[in-house]
Amino acid sequence: MCLTVLLLLLMLGAALVGAYPITFGEFVAALGQRLAGGMTQDKINTVLFDIRLPRVFAAVVVGAAVAAAGAAYQTLFRNPLVSPDILGVSTGAGLGAVLGIFLSLPVAAIQLSAFVVGLATVGLVYAIAALVHGREPVLVLVLAGVVVGALAGAAISLLKILADPYDQLPAIVFWLLGSLSAIRKGEVWAAVPLVFIGLIPLVVLRWRINVLSLGDEEARALGVETGRLRFIVIAAATLITASVVAISGVIGWVGLVIPHIARMAVGPSFDRLLPTATLLGASYLLIVDTLARTMARIEVPIGILTAIIGAPFFLWLLARGREGWS
Amino acid sequence: MSGRLAARGLGFGYGATPIGRNIDLELRAGEVFCLLGPNGSGKTTLFKTLLGLLPAQAGEVVVDGTPLKELSRPEIARRIAYVPQAHTAHFPFRVIDMVVMGRTAHLGLFAAPTSIDRQRAREALALLGIAELAEREYTRISGGQRQLALVARALVQDAPAIVMDEPTANLDFGNQVIVLSEVKRLAVRGLAVLLSTHDPDHAFSIASRVALLDHGRLVDQGMPQTVLTSDKLKSVYGIDVIVGRLANGQTVCAPTYRS
Repeated sequence: MCLTVLLLLLMLGAALVGAYPITFGEFVAALGQRLAGGMTQDKINTVLFDIRLPRVFAAVVVGAAVAAAGAAYQTLFRNPLVSPDILGVSTGAGLGAVLGIFLSLPVAAIQLSAFVVGLATVGLVYAIAALVHGREPVLVLVLAGVVVGALAGAAISLLKILADPYDQLPAIVFWLLGSLSAIRKGEVWAAVPLVFIGLIPLVVLRWRINVLSLGDEEARALGVETGRLRFIVIAAATLITASVVAISGVIGWVGLVIPHIARMAVGPSFDRLLPTATLLGASYLLIVDTLARTMARIEVPIGILTAIIGAPFFLWLLARGREGWS
Repeated sequence: MSGRLAARGLGFGYGATPIGRNIDLELRAGEVFCLLGPNGSGKTTLFKTLLGLLPAQAGEVVVDGTPLKELSRPEIARRIAYVPQAHTAHFPFRVIDMVVMGRTAHLGLFAAPTSIDRQRAREALALLGIAELAEREYTRISGGQRQLALVARALVQDAPAIVMDEPTANLDFGNQVIVLSEVKRLAVRGLAVLLSTHDPDHAFSIASRVALLDHGRLVDQGMPQTVLTSDKLKSVYGIDVIVGRLANGQTVCAPTYRS
């Protein structure tokens, strides 16, 4: 509840600040006008509804999505050091986007390519793991993810070398760093339903996902069909991650660090962890993105900022001596 | 459901590698059945096969007249509960959250435990004398307390049979006795309990029947006093053992040490 209010206040704040500041009065007036059906084309309207609010919503959606997927994966893989890209969804999406840029596709096609290749990468990882009948299905999954991720990384490097160094290479690098600066209204609205579809199974299965964190055998002995449940969680988390990575690029650390903080706040039980991580992730990325677009004359890629904030924080967590997870 | 769990001509192992075969045993309601055997004799693998966590390589496992392989995971979980060796969880769940997970097989796919389930979990903790641990973190209680919490979790599973893999491993002297006393009380309450242990004295003190497993084969099974003789213990463990009776009538065994 507190977190929801915090998020709404942050959204309001983020909508007001920027290169063209808007006062609260102007905001309310513009919003009232918009709700009343008026469509005046003044500067405030353009800035607020075409540029700033879409970006605010994008930060909220992306932050919420990767934090939720991260929370699900950390519980599923019984490891607090896992991020949503453990099975290669981000690397795969990166490859898809880089391929799209390399082929000089239009923006929408680049995003679609990122989304599809991201999903396909995890699908490949899952298929490989299913073929290997190991005693430790989760370990096999992670190892397959490492291998396929390395292959996709190699393919990205190859495309970088082959790409046009003046035109395509900067676009590739910028995409891989992750940014919300180029995001448009339509893209956010395309991602939102996919994120929601992915969140539904996580919400309805929230309690059962806890049991998975006890390990495969124990969960089965408690009456969980672990293979099926694991597939659903992976599919849901992958859909969520791929949908937002396709529009924002790879924004690291959020999906790793935010579930941690949420766990420290409300404990490991997934039914409490999921909403907390989701709201925290949305608030966190909104703050960082607002910093990214206001702190310097030029826009700082958000992936750099989340790493600068996330990495030292993570070290601090390690220094606390694993407290809070075992 | 009476908790009658039977293995008939059971062969077990990982993948295609056989570990044991020709296992015939039957667990009945109200008894403590104790499985003894050296390291690597196949106790844990046998238990996992009895629980359906590993497929049987030969023969079959039957619960209350139904072959195990015809039952779904929730159906099995409502018939047999499993108490693994006390482990450290990966996440600091509260003890009550850990125990209430025993209700999983009774809940719908999308359901979360209700206050009734939590009440059941608290009652199970109280029954085992650790009610005060409910709100503590499972990762921060002692090994003996963790083992009792896992027994509580098995209790709320409402299965008539409980399989326990070395419930006394890694426990100190006092905690071993506490855990075993609770195990015995479960059988008195009508549950069928199958457990493995390394200590023949545990079998003498709580088991109504014993089986000796060696290299994947059941060497013998029956009353503790007839199975756990110094001859058979010597043939299985390769050490000299004196089995004797204390003044209070309790049977104990003591190894003799070569000098």
